[in-house]
Amino acid sequence: MATTPNKPATAGKPAAGKQAQQGFVYLPLIAGWLVPGGGHFLLGKWIRGTLLAISIVAMFALGLAMQGKLYAGAQDILDMLGMAGDLGNGLLFIISRALGLGGQPVQTTIADYGTKFIVVAGLLNIIAAVDAHNLRTGRKSS
Amino acid sequence: MIHPSHFTAVLLFSVFASTVFGITMRDTPRRMFRYGAYCFILFVGSAIVLSWVMFLIAR
Repeated sequence: MATTPNKPATAGKPAAGKQAQQGFVYLPLIAGWLVPGGGHFLLGKWIRGTLLAISIVAMFALGLAMQGKLYAGAQDILDMLGMAGDLGNGLLFIISRALGLGGQPVQTTIADYGTKFIVVAGLLNIIAAVDAHNLRTGRKSS
Repeated sequence: MIHPSHFTAVLLFSVFASTVFGITMRDTPRRMFRYGAYCFILFVGSAIVLSWVMFLIAR
């Protein structure tokens, strides 16, 4: 009597996992850091990418409009943390620094809020870029 | 230069942060929306509660 070999039910999963690992898996992470929402755009998640881009760019732009400060150097630990947050904005930060945007050292409450908006926009951008990386590697399902 | 009121600044911050949190922390659109709304309410609610607490302490 002929028997047919039983294929495991999860036979397709390793192949799918391998496919998710193919190519340069850090590309969405880098693209997402440089351009807000860029990682999601690369993965074809257009609506999510657009919402992320709008949120992060708007937060950064509002921070600048409130005369928020762009950190230029790191004299003490707080400056270092602020600089790390600002760097999370990727090209937005680099271009804004090159254009000389951003206020002087904070003198008003609103300018202080603006500085925090810019830092938080950078931190949110890092979260979005890591999310794109997780989607690329398959750690996040969809 | 724009001069939003403190509460407007809270609302703007909450909207954008909640949007990113919702999209990145949940898998399906429905759950993303619910989590984003939850974060927004917590952001704004905690700001209002803490404001009242500080107001009462300062009196």
